[in-house]
Amino acid sequence: MKIVRVEEIEDAVRRLSMDVNYYIRDELREAYKKALEKEVSEIGKEVLSQIIENVELAASEQLPVCQDTGVSIVYVEIGQEVKIEGGNLYDAINRGVSRGYKEGYLRKSVVRDPLFNRVNTGDNTPAMIHVEIVPGDVFRITFMAKGTGAENMSRLAMLTPAAGVKGVRDFVLKTVAEAGPNPCPPIVIGVGIGGTFDTVGWLAKKALMRKFGSRHPDPNYAKLELELLDEINKLGIGPQGLGGRITALDVRIETAPCHIGALPVAVNLDCHAHRVGVWEK
Amino acid sequence: MIKRITPPLDDKILEDLRIGDKVLITGKIYTARDAAHKRFVETINKGGQLPVDLKGQVIYYVGPTPPKPGYIIGSAGPTTSIRMDSYMEPMLKAGLKATIGKGYRSWGVVDLLKKYKAVYFIATGGVGALISKKIKKARIVAYEDLGPEAVMELEVEDFPVIVANDIYGGDIFEEGVRKYQEITLPFKIERISEV
Repeated sequence: MKIVRVEEIEDAVRRLSMDVNYYIRDELREAYKKALEKEVSEIGKEVLSQIIENVELAASEQLPVCQDTGVSIVYVEIGQEVKIEGGNLYDAINRGVSRGYKEGYLRKSVVRDPLFNRVNTGDNTPAMIHVEIVPGDVFRITFMAKGTGAENMSRLAMLTPAAGVKGVRDFVLKTVAEAGPNPCPPIVIGVGIGGTFDTVGWLAKKALMRKFGSRHPDPNYAKLELELLDEINKLGIGPQGLGGRITALDVRIETAPCHIGALPVAVNLDCHAHRVGVWEK
Repeated sequence: MIKRITPPLDDKILEDLRIGDKVLITGKIYTARDAAHKRFVETINKGGQLPVDLKGQVIYYVGPTPPKPGYIIGSAGPTTSIRMDSYMEPMLKAGLKATIGKGYRSWGVVDLLKKYKAVYFIATGGVGALISKKIKKARIVAYEDLGPEAVMELEVEDFPVIVANDIYGGDIFEEGVRKYQEITLPFKIERISEV
């Protein structure tokens, strides 16, 4: 049996919250460079150059790439042969977020009550925590700093089976087209298909938390991911919505079985900073 | 051509700005986002006095990260402007002449900008570290209790923006998509609207 101490979890979350905000992953930096090569609009190229310059500056001075250092989404996969020792898992994660956001000079962007009393909690807690029990003895934390510019432009639809592939495709394109410049393009798109009303949104988020550029194991969906990326890049939105060919950097789909009468679809958008990090024990 | 401006902005400056123009702002601008706008407009509606005189001024929609030791400000890029759309008319009535943010405005705001002779600038979203270098001084002038949403007075130098909506009703985003769209869509694209 593998033992994971809560102190290790707290420290991993603390470091992840700072690291994802300061350091943009290599695969994403590569994607910016490729986008710059492909972009045809002058203003689009200028925006992409600023994005590249910004991530270099942020990394060299340990500054957050964006002032919206996000709400913290923490996805924990716990192997059923793992034992957590020393305290409560959820408290350890929140202590990690609190310390990371304070020690790392990150913005605190969470209010306690959504409607009547929107007072800032002051340390970016609570994190949005999702826990899944998986086979084996892996313990994996996937951390995402999710800005709200792109989150607010995300959409969910309860389509019917008759809508089919065309219905899904049109809903994804409409969501991206209507979001336009608001989610900070070039964006990354997570699509959830199937499940129920409650699970489909989480599927879309999981798609965003999956490895950048990875394809769905089912070739039908893998093909759809690439087709959607191609079509989204024909919408003309371009970097920052100022017109151009590069509107999205990647599209990833996660799926689940669903009811015979249902076809739920969720489209979760993420900005070009796309801050995700993983810690494993 | 790059245009240089310094607030307060008068009609002569505003008449010269067209969508797509690159502009460098030098001088004092004010920050405000969701919670500060709510208080501004509640104050206006009660007939009270605002903590800053908005006449001819520029508001930057930003909630910066806290400054590291030795820094003036943290990362400080623009936030999505559309969330402030429903507060726009009273702000424009109070004399506000320009806003800086990212993303489109609802068509209602595009009309208001024409009506009140004001402009909307965009700064590049998601490059907050880079933009922070254009800010030379920062101090809180109101609503300190709002934390990252407090109103600050910023002194900026060559702060780079683009005119997205001018006083003539032009809209940069519509023009951009029209130029580069290569796909026929089976639906109408509606702008998400708050006004």
